[in-house]
Amino acid sequence: MSDGREAVLARVRAALGSSPEAPEVPRAYREAGAFGAGGDCATVDLFCERVADYRATVRRVRGEELLGALVTACEQRQARRIAVPAGAPPWTVEGVDLVRDDPQLSARQLDELDGVLSGCALAIAETGTIVLDGAGASGRRALTLVPDYHLCVVRLNDIVPSVPDGVAALARVAAEGRPITLVSGPSATVDIELVRVEGVHGPRTLDVFVVEG
Amino acid sequence: MSKTGFPAAARQALGDTQMRRNVGKATSTIRARRAARVAEVPDWEALRDAGAAIKARAMATMPEQLERLEASVTRAGGKVHWARDAAECNAIVGGIAAGHGARQVIKVKSLATDEIGLNDALAAQGVEAIETDLAELINQLAHDTSSHILVPAIHRNRAEVKLLFEHTIARGQDLGWDITAIAEAARRHLREKFLSVPVAISGANFGIAETGTICVVESEGNGRMCLTLPRVLITVMGIEKVLVEWRDLEVCLQLLPRSSTGERMNPYTSLWTGVRAGDGPEEFHLVLLDNGRTDVLGDELGRQALHCIRCSACLNSCPVYSRTGGHAYESVYPGPIGAILTPQLRGLENAPTLPYASSLCGACYEVCPVKIDIPSVLLHLRGRVVREYKSRVSPEALAMETVGRVFGSQRRYEQAQKLARLGRGPIVAAALPGWSAMRGLPEVPEQSFREWWRSRPARPVRGDGAGP
Repeated sequence: MSDGREAVLARVRAALGSSPEAPEVPRAYREAGAFGAGGDCATVDLFCERVADYRATVRRVRGEELLGALVTACEQRQARRIAVPAGAPPWTVEGVDLVRDDPQLSARQLDELDGVLSGCALAIAETGTIVLDGAGASGRRALTLVPDYHLCVVRLNDIVPSVPDGVAALARVAAEGRPITLVSGPSATVDIELVRVEGVHGPRTLDVFVVEG
Repeated sequence: MSKTGFPAAARQALGDTQMRRNVGKATSTIRARRAARVAEVPDWEALRDAGAAIKARAMATMPEQLERLEASVTRAGGKVHWARDAAECNAIVGGIAAGHGARQVIKVKSLATDEIGLNDALAAQGVEAIETDLAELINQLAHDTSSHILVPAIHRNRAEVKLLFEHTIARGQDLGWDITAIAEAARRHLREKFLSVPVAISGANFGIAETGTICVVESEGNGRMCLTLPRVLITVMGIEKVLVEWRDLEVCLQLLPRSSTGERMNPYTSLWTGVRAGDGPEEFHLVLLDNGRTDVLGDELGRQALHCIRCSACLNSCPVYSRTGGHAYESVYPGPIGAILTPQLRGLENAPTLPYASSLCGACYEVCPVKIDIPSVLLHLRGRVVREYKSRVSPEALAMETVGRVFGSQRRYEQAQKLARLGRGPIVAAALPGWSAMRGLPEVPEQSFREWWRSRPARPVRGDGAGP
């Protein structure tokens, strides 16, 4: 359809005329860095508050308490077999079968698991958003999508204050062509009577563990 | 759908009291939600200014941006197609589906594919398109059309959806009255499709020329499923969705969710660049669609309609939309933005009543996250309708000419005043039945000022004689 290409581009040029004026983008808004580097107490508090607003569960734990908190959460949700990304740290959760995504699990295998345990690339406090970047502890996209229960570990240094901070930090990931997923709370819909209900196709339960120290 | 024009379609819609209740409740709820989320952003106006400039810049440099986008996507292993119109786009998508022997495709909600009638085109070649967004699924099962950009089945309440599902995807079950159970029925119905259908079709919220990254924002996770699990992904993107640089997202991803659903951020935003070995589809096709967009771009004032990021805040704030609902606009783009976009996309002659589907109150402009001056464009298009399509011998043109002559002469003007006093009601009702049906006429006084002046008794003017 190369003729389609030339035709569309010719139409666009004709429509714009000889000297279309391209405005400068005024950036009087709060740009990246306007709130400092993140990871501070106020930013972490804000992140936890905003995640909880989406009816996700947030637990703040110290490093040595993480594995215990994961055990408790899995017990509560009755999760016995959960996936972990190939690039995740060597987590162990007592009483839970961790199925490493190496070799890659098929979508059907993922569908039969009770949940997934992942880290994240970064997190945005202002909007309570977790960012997955398709590598390392984030894992590939299907992993954190198909199972019905998502446990996500967020470290203090992962948390940036604002959306511009997050977008700036992800520029390199985008340039490398890695897929990025922004997750703000569990799957939800407002399609019927504008009533928000959690859970349609993505994980219906999201537990976030904010690890301090 | 046959087009009757906005006034007739609106009259019919207004007669549907259930629909009016549903739409009225939905629009007022979401208005309040949006207002609260916008109020907590101190630099909202600065973000709007930036958003408007980001879109204006992308439009002004569109040829360059589209070529950059094509190069970036190609470099990342995707294939870019160009479609002049709906037929060409449908043929491209249909050809790809056929090439993979697909009998079914799964779809992420997309206005662009609704606009070009993709589902019907695929059905004609024996391919079933399955809508996976909950509201789109509802409309598809009910053989209904969208009434709202964001929540396309908002004209239906839970009772209607419950009954619909119990007669289709959840036959024989009692889903109860809880919306969670109704959503769960959709989840069960579609899960197997996500795991087995090999081809998915999506739209795009943004396409970044700099990196070749395509962005889809959503809530349910059906988007992520379609974008991640099938082997082949086809994205249909209107050419106006192109953005210049990655950084533009830092503005757009703040403006869109707060304006749209009134959330700080929508549950899921997917950003992908071409194909990625071991993660997601093995084949990615991006179809760049014109279908009238370059006509819109050719109108210097009207082209700002292309800045729209489909948030639907203008629908929710519009006193006309919140009473008629979306069907009256007879387009996939309803509400104030539809009133300026549809006539420009289809040609004014094909939607001449839409620029009048507004009271020009300006609420749409105030809430627009990219500051599209909808009232000004409406007025501009009204002018164009009159200049370009209304005949010079139309009743309106003749009436205006007559009024011009009457007002141009004192004698004719005074005669007309006398005539008006005599036959006001019946003459107007007979001459302008449509006009007078919706408007009251002012009372014509028994005597005009000039008549009174001439008839008053001659009296000496005070102060002429001796002083007090």
